[in-house]
This record gives sequence, structure tokens and C-alpha cells, in this order.
Amino acid sequence: MNQRLKYIRMAPAILLWSLPFAFLLVFYFQPLLANFRMAWQATTSEVLASISLKVITQPLFFTIWQAILSTLLTIIVGFPPAYLLAKYRFVGKSFIRLLTTIPFIMPTVVVAAGFNALLGPKGWFNLLLQTFFSLDKPPIQIINTLGAILLAHVFYNSTVFIRVVGGAWSQLDPKIEFAARTLGASPLRVWQKITFPLLKPALLSAILLIFLFNFTSFAVILLLGGPKFSTLEVEIYIQALHMLNLPVAGLLSAIQLLFTLVLTILYTRLIKTKTITLTPRDPEEVAKPIKGWKQRSFLVGTMSYLIILFVAPLFSLVLRSFLLTDFSRNLDGSTGNRFSLVYYQELFLNRRESLFYVPPIDAILNSLYFGLITVGIALFLGFLAANVISSRSRWGKLLDPILMLPLGTSAVSLGLGFILVFNTPPLDVRSFPLLVPIAHSLVAMPFVVRILQPVIASVPRGLKYSAMVLGASPWRTFWQVEFPILFRAIISAALFAFTISLGEFGATTFLARPEQPTIPIAIYRYLSQPGGLNYGQAMAMSTILMIVCALSIILIERLKLPNIKEF
Amino acid sequence: MKSSKLIILVTSLLVILQSACNGGQKTEIPSVMDNQPGVLNIMTHDSFAVSENLITDFEKENNVEINFLLSGDTGAALNRAILTKESPQADVFFGVDNTFLSRALDEEIFEPYNSPMLVNIDNSLRLDLENYALPVDFGDVCINFDKAYFEENQLSIPSSLSDLLLPEYEGLLVVENPATSSPGLAFMLATIAEFGEEGYLDFWSDLKANGVVVVNDWESAYYSNFSASAGKGNQPMVVSYGSSPPAEVIFSETPLDDAPTASIIAPNTCFRQIEFVGILKGTQQRELAEKFVDFLLDVPFQEDLPLQMFVFPANQKAKLPPEFEKFAQIPDQPAKLDLDLIAQNREKWIQDWTLVVLR
Amino acid sequence: MLSVKNLHKEYENQPLLRGVSFDVHQGETICLLGRSGSGKSTILRIIAGIEVPDSGDVYCDNQNLKDIPVHKRKFGFMFQDYALFPHKNVFENIAFGLKMQNLPVDLVDEKVNSVLTKVNMQEFRHRRVADLSGGEQQRVALARALAPEPRLLMLDEPLGALDRNLREQLMDELRLLLHESNIPAIYVTHDQEEAFTIGDRLALLNEGIIIQNASPEDVYKTPKNAWVAKFIGLSNLLEGVIQSTQPLIVKTRIGDFSINTKLPQNAKLGDSIMLLLRPDALSMTDSNLNQFQAQVLDDIFLGNQWRVKLRMSDLEFSFLVDEPISIGSIIKISIDPNQINLLQDEK
Repeated sequence: MNQRLKYIRMAPAILLWSLPFAFLLVFYFQPLLANFRMAWQATTSEVLASISLKVITQPLFFTIWQAILSTLLTIIVGFPPAYLLAKYRFVGKSFIRLLTTIPFIMPTVVVAAGFNALLGPKGWFNLLLQTFFSLDKPPIQIINTLGAILLAHVFYNSTVFIRVVGGAWSQLDPKIEFAARTLGASPLRVWQKITFPLLKPALLSAILLIFLFNFTSFAVILLLGGPKFSTLEVEIYIQALHMLNLPVAGLLSAIQLLFTLVLTILYTRLIKTKTITLTPRDPEEVAKPIKGWKQRSFLVGTMSYLIILFVAPLFSLVLRSFLLTDFSRNLDGSTGNRFSLVYYQELFLNRRESLFYVPPIDAILNSLYFGLITVGIALFLGFLAANVISSRSRWGKLLDPILMLPLGTSAVSLGLGFILVFNTPPLDVRSFPLLVPIAHSLVAMPFVVRILQPVIASVPRGLKYSAMVLGASPWRTFWQVEFPILFRAIISAALFAFTISLGEFGATTFLARPEQPTIPIAIYRYLSQPGGLNYGQAMAMSTILMIVCALSIILIERLKLPNIKEF
Repeated sequence: MKSSKLIILVTSLLVILQSACNGGQKTEIPSVMDNQPGVLNIMTHDSFAVSENLITDFEKENNVEINFLLSGDTGAALNRAILTKESPQADVFFGVDNTFLSRALDEEIFEPYNSPMLVNIDNSLRLDLENYALPVDFGDVCINFDKAYFEENQLSIPSSLSDLLLPEYEGLLVVENPATSSPGLAFMLATIAEFGEEGYLDFWSDLKANGVVVVNDWESAYYSNFSASAGKGNQPMVVSYGSSPPAEVIFSETPLDDAPTASIIAPNTCFRQIEFVGILKGTQQRELAEKFVDFLLDVPFQEDLPLQMFVFPANQKAKLPPEFEKFAQIPDQPAKLDLDLIAQNREKWIQDWTLVVLR
Repeated sequence: MLSVKNLHKEYENQPLLRGVSFDVHQGETICLLGRSGSGKSTILRIIAGIEVPDSGDVYCDNQNLKDIPVHKRKFGFMFQDYALFPHKNVFENIAFGLKMQNLPVDLVDEKVNSVLTKVNMQEFRHRRVADLSGGEQQRVALARALAPEPRLLMLDEPLGALDRNLREQLMDELRLLLHESNIPAIYVTHDQEEAFTIGDRLALLNEGIIIQNASPEDVYKTPKNAWVAKFIGLSNLLEGVIQSTQPLIVKTRIGDFSINTKLPQNAKLGDSIMLLLRPDALSMTDSNLNQFQAQVLDDIFLGNQWRVKLRMSDLEFSFLVDEPISIGSIIKISIDPNQINLLQDEK
């Protein structure tokens, strides 16, 4: 009798904790399996015979290789700012944090344009160097090389490293390091024995996320790498959507997935079984002002390369949106440039009275709307999943690796899967607009989990028990004890979910209704037609996207805990 | 605390605004008659565009609500139609082009329809005589060149594909990868039409030696590499469309007298892409679908095509807008290849091309 | 052994330390006593080397520590919230300093066990740090600091986070341990009772300087100024003017006091001065000197004595008596002229 009662009472909790599983089952595994089944059904012996091993191995090796390189570079680039933001207080700190996040949401088409404007053969850098050194040919030839791919990946993903690792670092009690030093540990040994082990969970999380992003990177390879480079994702795209060769696409997809699974299992093994209980410190406490010339030059040096790497491409876009190029050439053959708002004005006009004209306000509202819903879904499910994983039960061990799979799955395969599965009302594209934020959440949820889980695991159990002993219900315990500790991590996770949704393009094109376009879709429409006005409007829309993103981030970061000044 | 309240306020505002604005795109049909309006679903690709009033008029006249399913690029949209052919998600599919036509017909996704409008359609475009797929428009993939650049450097316009191998054009051409780009594929097919299956690879090998630049998509080629576009790149010749020069005029920030670009239209230098519409097999709205196909083939829509989708009307009675008359050049002898040949060899051709040009 | 000379430091553009100097001798425990935020922890951090003073020096055995980094100073440090390494267990925490000295494994083992015994935590060797109670973590932190045999031990409010009983128990243990180990120690606290129990000497810090540096007894018997008096719990303070020096009489607003204790050096006739009436100054006998009328406000039972709160005129005073006096009654009291301190100006 007692056992049954126990289960009945536990039922709501069990239901709750099983939601992430259910979500993945319905919206990930179902479409994926539908896609694989379709590919299998279309596989004939002819097709099998025509597949050479090279078709698989070449893209696979290059995919892994560029992903490793990109990840390493991102770590190197991201380390100084992570350290800087964690340990110091200085003017421009929030600006730097915001700046490094904006690339995350920029559609690659636009980033490619920005990079070209800077580093292309006629870009500013080359022009500067050419005039300065009186060179004949532009010295920087980075577009359509591996360098461009690596650069773009660093540009996009540095923020993951900076926020995840920097965030964890900023909550590390400096007294622990101080204690180690008084016990005779030199700065190097402090890093080795104390700081690094304590940062390991955050480091591994960041590296895994960044690697998976690089592994499944598509538009960057396609647009900035160019035709010489092919990854698994690009091959899947070509095979599925240009050759209409679903069996090969399916095979490549399966290989991609398998590799991801191996990686995520490896990751869960590396994050050791020992949970480290840390009382996170208030980052405001930890950060110290900059003193002395050594620290100052470190700050200046880091900020300089950050500004060059992040501000320059974005700024060139913004600039371009305000620059009107006159085609009427002057006597000396130069073309005049002048400041103009014509592109922004044009955005609000539907000259051709086209049915699919996207009013900018609509696009902004739609993007924000989807963004907020994605945050809601991803945070809710992500929190539940993170708890399941932290509890280190059998279910948690199972959920952990499969949770990350959507990040390593081809967007094309998933998109096709969605079409196959969700094609009858009420769960079809027409009647179920939530399909878009659901697709976004598939990518956002792993992020949320990876950010929340180490913090949840570090909440000292004693705290929870003492609250409960004092009579607090589980709900109140959560609000009064866990939530304040988790607060910063939740904000960080919400930010990522939001920016992922804002910048998402691939799945959205499959799933969005034409009445609900998002900003990236609008940008893409402008860029698919020739003409100065179209190009300018694309730049203007991109600038608007950047501003919307920046404002949202500022707003979210300003959120403070209601009553608790210091947790 | 203030910020939290602000967020809640903004969020609720957004939700309200969102639901209010959502109605913006959809047109309401006044229920003049007692019967409920029918619903017609049109599946097409992301580049589809049309004037709002044309659709509204059609909806009113036929008491129907039109829904568009924009499904990615041409390949993605076709994939979608094929994948869902057992339980079709739409009634009409618009946007399969001649390079994919064979495949679409083999997959049997269409029902035939002998539209009365076909009588006005240019015969050379009617590639499916059984009328499963009816031609709506065509576009020519041609090399666009930068007029000012050519003038300044006193270059003559290439008069054939072979001319592109001449030393004076070294490094001046950017093309798209046929594996990833539709105009890229079209251009490659043009070279196959011109040089034959045996000779085209040699042409490409020579072209590569002459410094041709290859990128993956039209956006990069046009906006990053082409010198006469807003991006101001390095190459004054780009594989684009015959409708790009008038587009440059129409979409110029300042009024222009002359187009900054023009197309090379020598024989076999352009490839004609024809777009087809078809009624999807299994539709429950056969009558309305037929009406819609007629509508697509009729003069009002056909005359709307150039300024919306930047393609040329298939209906010979349709008039071109003045910018097109002035600045678009239609080649007399566009390159053409047999549909089935394309379907059979497309993959092999692309693979061979890749080996020669990219590796 | 340790000599702190004239430390100055600003914090957020306000002066925090304005010339702090004191010495620590071999084998003694000096208690740095002061209010929260007075800069006590900063002094410790400067001595440890984690912070740099704006000016001033720290010498250890006559060597200026300016260019010696933290990890070479061989100073032990114990934190208020222990700062134990969460990813290591008890044994590993304590062994850390020894490992940093690159000692062989069995020697490390031996020393750790020995210090574990000293703090009575032998059974806890392999426990995870997170599973320890406050008091247990305390002891581990202390053991960790002691294990490498530092030449100076610094304790930053080590008992601050504990409840009263535990604090008293540990206070005694600490005192014993410190004396046994013979390591000089600087003990920082804001709790006067702790300081009195543990310190061989007290250094009272206020407004950036050491006000008084003396044994607990001396501080108690002759606090230097009103602030020190208030801080150590002597609150019967009264302002007055020196009316005559031989005999010593001070005029206050509640009356004149005859005083039998020493006049501070610079004080002269007509100066204003602060009177401290000591807790034992209350006399119920009919003495002629210092007679006042007082109303009894409250009696508080202290165990071995009573504390009685009186009102004289509009001022309140507390005294220690053997028997309670009925509340509300108006009584005649006299203040023992030997139990009045004359305090210097706070400046």
C-alpha cells in the first residue's frame, strides 16, 4: 500500500522530469528516423554500388580537421577575454561582452559580406596595406581559403567560450587560489592544481559546444570557404537538395550522427563522476579594478584584438547601410559616396506591392516573438533535463549524451524529417506556428543544459536540506535556495537561447509560414536579387538585427534578483 | 526590479502586437456568398514573388483563400513535393525547372492539365507535351559584364565561350559551383551544349588555367566578386541572369540612364532555365487548381513576372516593362540540352567537373 | 620576528590604513582587533603578499618582503570561510602545502597524520570537504595551514561563522594549539571576547592606525581612549573638564568627581577630558567622595554577579554588583575614585 502511494505521490514529479525525453522523442528522433527510413527505402543496389568510399572519407576528415583547428583557435582567442571579464572591473566591460555575442546571431550571408568588405581583395585592410606599402596586388588573400573558415568560426563562437568559461571563472572564489599560494604554490601550480581542475567542467562544456558547432558548420564553409572545401554538412546539402540523392545524404547524415554520439559519450566520461560542490561567489565581489602597467597593457592588448576581430566586420556592415554609392562617376573615375538613409526608408516601402514584402517591424516582432518562446521552451525543458542529469540516476546518464545530439545533426536532414512527419494538421506547418521555436529549441536546449548543469550540481546539498528541515516545501526551497544561486547561469542560458533563435535561418526557411518571416529570412530575400537598393536594404536590415539583438541582451543582462542583493 | 517589470511589459506588448500584425499579410475575403471560401495551397520556392493585388483579385473572383508554402530553394521545394507525394501538402507546385523536370516527371507528382492558356505559350518552352508540367516563365543564365570596366580597359565583349580562354580575360570571370548553385549548373550545362560531353572538360581545364574564380553561390559571386554590383568586387564578368542588368537599373538608389551591366548573348553562351507549374497528384481542389494554373499563364500574372521575379513571361502576348525592353537582352540561340540526358548524367557531369576544376 | 612599518593604503580613493605599525615576536599571538571594515583583513593580505600597500614595509627577520612573492613567504593563512579545496578530500587539502614543498610521500603522510591528530580529526582523513560540518571544516583549515610548519600563522576571523558554543569550545582549543606550536600568530577579529581569550597582546585598530598595543590586561585596566574603552565593553563614559590637579577633580554635567588615578601626560588644568567609570566602581558605602543620586533601571543576572543599570541625571551607566538592587528605586551611590580612568582624546 505504501509503495503504491509513494508512486502516486511521485507521479507529477516523474511526469515533469520525463518531459525533456518526450520532447526529444517527438521532435527529434521521430523526424530523424523518418528521414533515415525514407533514405533507406530509396536505397537500391545501384545506388550502393555508385558510392565510393572517398565520397565519405574526404568530407569526414576535412570536417574533423577544420573543426579541431577552429576550436583550438577559438580557445586561444577566447581565453584572454574570458580571464579579463572574470577577474577585472573596467570601463567597457559590458560593451566587450555584448560585442563578442553579436556575431552569434548574424546570418552568415551577411558576415561573408562584412568579411569581404574588410578582407576581400578590395577590402579596407588590403587598401590600407596597399597604399601604405605601395603594393601592386592586395596582400591579404584570405577569402575562399581555410583561413577564412577558421576566422569566421572564431568570430562566431568566441562568445561561447567567453561566456561559459568566463562566467564560471567569475564565480570562482579567489580565496581558494589565495589559500593555495600561501601554501607555497607558484602561480603556475595554482593554475595546474586548483584553477584548472575547478574550471574543467565549464571548459569541457564550452569546448564540446564549440566543436559541435564547427563540426556541423554549413554556411561558413559554403560561402567563406568556397567550392574547394567540403564538409559532411555541405555534402549532405548538395546530395539532398541539389542532386536529390536521399540515400547518400542519409548515409552521410548517419555518419555525422554517429560521430557526434561518440563525441558526446566521450564528453560525459571526461566530466568525472565527482561532483564538486562550490559556493559560487558574486562576480561583483570577485572582479578587481585594473592596476599597474602590466595589467593595463594586458587589457589594452586584449581589447585591441577584440575590436579588430569583432567590431571591424560588423562596423563595415553598419557603415555600408548608411553609405550611398553614386554610380555616376566623377571626372577622375572615382565614385562618390555619401551618407544617406535611403536604404532604411526603402525598407518600409513596398514599391512593387509584392505579396511577400516583409515590413521590418513585422520581421522584428516575429523574430522577437520566436526568440522569447524559444527561451521559454529551452529554459524550462533544459532546466528539467539538467536536474535529471545532475541527479546522476540511470536516466540522467542516458539523457546526457542524447541531449547533445541535435547540435551535431544535419539541419537539412532534420528539416526534411520535419516535413515528412509534420505534414498533417493540427501538427503541420500551416496550423502549428510553434514548429519554428521548437526547432530552435532543439539547438538551444543543449546549450541551456550545459550551462545550468554544473551550477545545479554545485548547489550544496546541505543548503537544500536545511531549508527543507526548516519546513520549506520543495517549491519554496527551489525559489529561496537554488534559484538565487542559479540565477546568473539562467540568465546566461536564456541569452544563448535567445540569440540562437534570433539568428537561426536554416530550419526557419523550412518551417516558417510566409506570413511570419523573421529578420534573417528578410535579409536573405534582399540578397537574392541584384541591385544597389537590394544590397543596401540587406545591410540596413542586418544593422537592425544587430541593434535588436544588442538591446535584448542589454535588457536581459540588467535583470537583477528581486529581493536578494547577495546570495 | 525595474528591469524585470520592463521585460514583462515589453513581452506582453510584443504578444499583443504580434497577434495584431499577424493578420497583416493575409487578405480577408468578404463573405459575399453564403458558401465558405475554398482553400488552395500553392507549394513553391523562396524566390516566388507576386503583386499583392493580383492574388487578392483572384481570391475574390474565385471565392478562395490562397496559401503559399515557401519551401526553400528550387531543390528543397521539389524534394518536399516528392517526399510528401503520398499525402500532398499542396494542390499546385510552382517552380520546377528544366534541369529537374525529368526527375519530377519520373516521380509522378503531377496530374496532367491541358490548359486553354497554352495556346499563347511559346512552343519552344513546352518541354512536356503531355502537360503534366506547364511552362510559366523562363530566365537566361548569361554572363553579365561590367560595362565601365570593359570601356576603361578597352576590352571587346567575348563573342563565344571559347573567347573566355583568351589571355586578355585572364582572371576576369567568376562562376558558381554547379553542385551548389542553380545558375552555376546552368552555365556548366551551356558549356556541355557547346563543347559536347567529350570536350567540355577540356574547356574547363583551360578556363581554370586562365584564372577563372569559382564560388559556391550566386550571392557571393554577384555581391562579393562582381565589380559592377554594390559589393564592388574584382571580377568584371559574372555568371548571372539576363534579367540582372534591368534589375540593376530598377533597384538603383539614384536614377540611371543606362544599365551599368549587360549580358553576353552570343550563341550557346546562355542557358535557358524554364520554370514549370503543375497540379499535384491527389489534390482535392482540382477545379480551383486548374483556375490557378490558368491564372499563372494569363497575361496579368505574366506581365507581373518581370518586376517581381525577374524572369521573362512564357506567354507571348505579355508585354515587357520598359526597363526590360531597354536593358534586357534575350539571346537568339540559348544553349539547350535534352531533359532526359540532363537527368541521367547530371551527377556524373558535376563530379567530373569537380575533379577537373576544384581538385 | 615580523615587523610591520607604517603601512598606508587607500581603498576606493578613501584612506584605509594611515600608518599602521606593529611587531610580532616569536611565540606570541597578537590579536588585531577592530570593527568590520577597518582594514584588518587588508593588513593580513598585505603581510601575506596578496596585496601591495601604497607605502610602508613589512619585514620578516629583518628582511624586507617587498619583492618576495606570496608562495615563497612561508606564512600560513586561515580564512573566515575556510576556503578549502572543494575538489580534494581532507587528507589532500592538508597535504597540499607539503606537496608544494616536494616532500616524499611517506613524510607527507606522517606529517598530515600528526597534524590531524592535533586537531582531533583523524577519522575524517578521506572525507569529502563538502560533507563536513562548520566546525570540522574549521579544523581542517587550521590543520592545512599548520601542516607545512609556517614561520607565521595568520588567522582572519576564523571563528566568525560558528555558533556560540562551538566558538567557545574552539577558542580554547585554538589557544592551546597556538601555544603548543610556538608559531607566532596574528589573529584578526572584531570580537573582543575572542581577542581577550586568545591574544597575548592586543593591537586595536581604528581609523587606519593602531590606537593601543598592549596585553589584554593592560588594555582592560587602562584603555587609551574612549573608542578603545567602548570597544572592549567599558561604556560608562562621561565628558568633563579638569577643574583642579592637586587634588585631581574633574567637573562633569552630573557633578564633580575626585579621582585617584593617574592623569594622562599632556593633560593640564582646564582641559576637557573623558572619564571612564569602571564596572567595579559602584560603592554602596557612605563615603564622602563622589556621591550621586541614581535611579535603578534594570538588573541583569550574569551568573556570578549582577549588572545593574543606573540613571544619573540623564545618563545611563552599568556597574557590576553582587546583589541586585530593586528596579525603580532611587539610591545614593558613591563612585570609587580609584576606579575612574582618565582617557586621552581620541584624536
